[in-house]
Amino acid sequence: MSDIKKKGSIQWSKYAQLIVPAVAILLIIVFNLIRDPSFFSVEITQNNDGNNVLSGNLVSIFNGASELAVLAMGMTLVTAACGGQDISVGALAAIAGSVFVKVLKSGASISIGTIILGFIACCAVAVIFGTFNGTLVSVFRIQPMIATLVLYTCGRSVAYWINGGATPTVSSPLITALGGFIPGIPVPTPILIVIVVAVLFSLLFRFTSLGIYTQSVGINQRAARLNGINTVFIKLLTFMILGACCAVAGVIAVSRLSLINHETLLLEIEMDAILAVAIGGNALSGGKFRLSGSIIGAYAIQALTTTLYAMKVPSTDIKAYKAVVIILIVVIGSPVVKQKLSALWQKLSPGKAVA
Amino acid sequence: MENDVVLTMRGICKSFPGVRALHNVDFTLRKGEIHALMGENGAGKSTLIKVLTGVYTKDEGHIQLDGAAGDVSIRSPQDAQDAGISTVYQEITLCPNLTVAENMFIGRDPNVIVPWKKMEKRAGEILDSLGIPARPKQQLGSCSLAVQQMVAIARAVDMECKVLILDEPTSSLDEKEVEMLFSLMRDLKARGVGIIFVTHFLEQVYAVCDRITVLRNGELVGEYEIANLPQVELVAKMMGKELESLSFIKSDPVADMAESGVVYEAHDLSSAACPNAFDFHIARGEVNGFTGLLGSGRSESVRAIFGADRVTGGRVLRDGKPVKITRPIDAMKQGIAYLPEDRKDDGIIADLSVRENIILALQVLRGFWKPISQSEAEQFAQEYIAALDIKTASADTPVRSLSGGNQQKVIVARWLLTHPEYLILDEPTRGIDVGTKTEIQKLVLRLASEGMSITFISSEIEEMLRTCSRLIVMRDRHIVGELRGEALTQDQVMRTIAGGVD
Amino acid sequence: MSVSVQKARRREPLTDTQLLMTITICIFFCMYFLAMAIWGGGFLRWQQVFDMLNNNAALIIVACSLTIVMIGGGIDISVGGVIALVVMSCVVHLNGGGSLFTAALLALGIGVAFGAVQGFLVSYLEIQPFIVTLAGMFFARGMTTIVSVQPQKVAHDGFKNLMNTKVEIPWLGYTAKNGNLIPARMEIGVIVALVIVALVWVMLRETKLGRHFYALGGNSTSALMLGINTKRTRFLAHLFSGTLAGIAGFVFMMHTGAGNATNAAGAEMNAIASSIIGGTLLTGGVGDIVGTFFGVMTLTTIKSIVTVSGLRDPWWQSITTGAMLCFFILLQSVVLSRRGKGGVKTLLSKWLGLGKPKG
Repeated sequence: MSDIKKKGSIQWSKYAQLIVPAVAILLIIVFNLIRDPSFFSVEITQNNDGNNVLSGNLVSIFNGASELAVLAMGMTLVTAACGGQDISVGALAAIAGSVFVKVLKSGASISIGTIILGFIACCAVAVIFGTFNGTLVSVFRIQPMIATLVLYTCGRSVAYWINGGATPTVSSPLITALGGFIPGIPVPTPILIVIVVAVLFSLLFRFTSLGIYTQSVGINQRAARLNGINTVFIKLLTFMILGACCAVAGVIAVSRLSLINHETLLLEIEMDAILAVAIGGNALSGGKFRLSGSIIGAYAIQALTTTLYAMKVPSTDIKAYKAVVIILIVVIGSPVVKQKLSALWQKLSPGKAVA
Repeated sequence: MENDVVLTMRGICKSFPGVRALHNVDFTLRKGEIHALMGENGAGKSTLIKVLTGVYTKDEGHIQLDGAAGDVSIRSPQDAQDAGISTVYQEITLCPNLTVAENMFIGRDPNVIVPWKKMEKRAGEILDSLGIPARPKQQLGSCSLAVQQMVAIARAVDMECKVLILDEPTSSLDEKEVEMLFSLMRDLKARGVGIIFVTHFLEQVYAVCDRITVLRNGELVGEYEIANLPQVELVAKMMGKELESLSFIKSDPVADMAESGVVYEAHDLSSAACPNAFDFHIARGEVNGFTGLLGSGRSESVRAIFGADRVTGGRVLRDGKPVKITRPIDAMKQGIAYLPEDRKDDGIIADLSVRENIILALQVLRGFWKPISQSEAEQFAQEYIAALDIKTASADTPVRSLSGGNQQKVIVARWLLTHPEYLILDEPTRGIDVGTKTEIQKLVLRLASEGMSITFISSEIEEMLRTCSRLIVMRDRHIVGELRGEALTQDQVMRTIAGGVD
Repeated sequence: MSVSVQKARRREPLTDTQLLMTITICIFFCMYFLAMAIWGGGFLRWQQVFDMLNNNAALIIVACSLTIVMIGGGIDISVGGVIALVVMSCVVHLNGGGSLFTAALLALGIGVAFGAVQGFLVSYLEIQPFIVTLAGMFFARGMTTIVSVQPQKVAHDGFKNLMNTKVEIPWLGYTAKNGNLIPARMEIGVIVALVIVALVWVMLRETKLGRHFYALGGNSTSALMLGINTKRTRFLAHLFSGTLAGIAGFVFMMHTGAGNATNAAGAEMNAIASSIIGGTLLTGGVGDIVGTFFGVMTLTTIKSIVTVSGLRDPWWQSITTGAMLCFFILLQSVVLSRRGKGGVKTLLSKWLGLGKPKG
């Protein structure tokens, strides 16, 4: 067959899995522009602290999706290597947040030093819990969803226990800067954190062979082992990375509210994170993945939520609408429907099929 | 005469995106005959079978059953079963979590409430009559692969099918089991069942079949009476060229290497899968082979050298110095490469591209922190695609879409890229077409002449004799003999395997 | 576990399903007897068992639906949401002048609708069950608040009568301090739940469909090759699951008598945990409804034990539940791999120093 045509289609297929999330975002944007042409206008306003900051729906979408985007990146890796999902990320973020607050509270005052110390501590705790999940999955060969069900069940209680049954608040301009705006910088800090995390991930893929390792383990574990890959370690590593992501998400969420509430902090975010992975076109059964897909998926979910809020939908009802949109997206993205559509397309344009 | 026909397929066409798998293929099966369906990999055998069994739907063509004038429509495996077409696949297509009896009867009974007791009794009778060593209430997963295969056949037999398709059923059976299967096939033939037999083993075709249909590149080459088609011609028809390369690869074995050239040796080596300790050595530039029946421990032995299973004892020496090999990565660092027996489960990373599959082992050797750059990877891939003549659309193509032979070449390329000193090839030619087989045999000899040590394992003794200068014979997980030089004859190997010589 | 006389015929080794279930049942009884011995009191009364049943009738039913889906190799996390939606809709319907009969129909209808739509999406459009039922959960929870954000109590008299009707079993009762005999009380919902357990047991064990579920979960490609209509089977698994969730919603309402948006929060995870403790594997093909029933009871017993043992801080219950869950899945992993499946065994024995494989 013609080589030229093949080559073209391969270049194209590399990005094929991004089509669904991209179309989803595009639809939401178009819908919003029709509904309210000024929906995406970004302006500079002065916030309570007297800083000039960016505001507008677009900013709040990017800002609001920060935790989700960070978790979705980690979740993508776990999904790719283990062929399953971690449903304990919300609980783990709550634990990390509690540890963070605990450290901040233990000092006399909150300084940059204590914040860094707190972050390191909560990162360490989250990575340890991630290692626990990872051990169940990689050493004991338990399916990820079941293994992480343990922490899902008791994680928030552990968070509660860490803070001794209280929901302490932390008030400091530093924390406000972390969860809101750093004076002088108009972009919300969480967005900056996401960018840093994304850069770290891309560095990780550039300077290590994590990408090919995780994919190999996810696609064919036995073959990966026979090629010298330590499959147990790779799976463990993905869970540890996800643990670190949970810590970052937990810190962002705590800083945003300046308090830790173990019950409501990032509630049900695990579902959204898994959804972001799926909308990003990654197979939940593991194997090949694209991190960018998951990130776009995360923003698509947040865009939808923000749109619904803007439409004055009560926050409790949002789930129902979200469900309908999710189903629409996955139905359009489903291979069966794609096949049917492309068959229909070929029927409609017989000239193209011959060529 | 025409009344005898049980199945006719006419003008069958089937295409996949970018590939024309079948083009205008005819096939006729008569009552009470065993009909071999032959062809190289990618010839369209599997596609034709899958069209017949409803896994794929044909694009064009007609299928008629039992002399009926009308076409039968087969849109799902269920339809095929209802029409009297039963299939036994190479891979076991039973459910390991169900019992033997359940596997034999599931999907067949129209009742809502299933009389399991009665079925268990019936299953017991069938298993007994066929001499299959399984109990009806046993969980299928606890049976050996061979027994599972036979349960699948028992199921097909009990379905009173008119057409029985055996798609490479013998690749996981040993000689005795193959003989059992053959007598079963002859029995069914006497009962008037038409059997389609797909296999790569030429001897088996001549042992049991009446007629042969040959496919090549998705097209029909012809249908022949077995008596009118000598083996050599069959191979020629399958390959589409007169065979020259096959018999002239090698007539005299490479001169025996002096013992002083020994590079790798193992003493009292044993592993979890290979509990009986054995000694082994290989010299530079030597090609030796492990032979024996399936399950004799030949694969387990080489896996022990590679550290693929948990090593339980013994030591491995390289150039006389002891090295520690407990995991595959240790062996790789010592210059050992292992091409596994099971290409699909142990070899390829199906969804990754040809390029990524080729660089994988080298990448692991270089280590986690030193990724191979995109351009370097592309360069390696192109080099080996050209060197081994791997037929792929591009280096970006997922390796799953390649034919079996080309997938095997990708794995060979993966290991050659690591420039091993010692290459272990475990059944590199199983289930791949004759052309690629020859290429791989030639490659083995070329690499050996360049100084690489190679261990070659194959089920086909002829192939071993052509390539190896020393054969280690195994029986029941013990090394029972070592043959070299004059003793390397088919007759001698057979006798050693069977236990005549010790 | 009976020591009854075995016939001369050889006993087959236990299948994976039977083995895991037996372990759970044994552990449940050990735990319960231990509780009786240590804490006595309530544990010595039959009423304790009935209370456990009364409080968990709905959970037992959705655990059944999860077991069916999980045996078929899928998952359904929408059941909690469906319960909440059913309860809220029925409460609003009853308070709006509806009859008991139409309320029951409504419950069943919602369940069937969820099951059918989710089943269609999963089986015929081949979308991952996790995503589909996740959306189902979101939809059901969202719809619940759309129906009513405010918690509502049922004011329907007929329903109140039904709710307060209890089956009394005098001979399992106990004598209170004042000498009165207090009979054991069981709610109607428990009977519904037990009947469903029995029906599902028969369905899974004796019918063709039941075996098809096992085959589907064991190896769906094989199941297809064996001539099973896998799409229909998968669809039916979800349909069953949805329908049972609808029934569970009604039973839940008969227990609480009020609709609340947070009803049955986390019920899906409790149901999954119960199924797992009962020996169902998420990979599919292995599981038994009797095991699931004891899974629910085990989970409940742990919670009761935590309460009576004086760990009164609010976090202890879920921490112990988590620890217990961890224990069970580790146990299953070890048990199944010890039964010998090559690589797993090798790996585990290396880590745990378990017995060497036989030579």
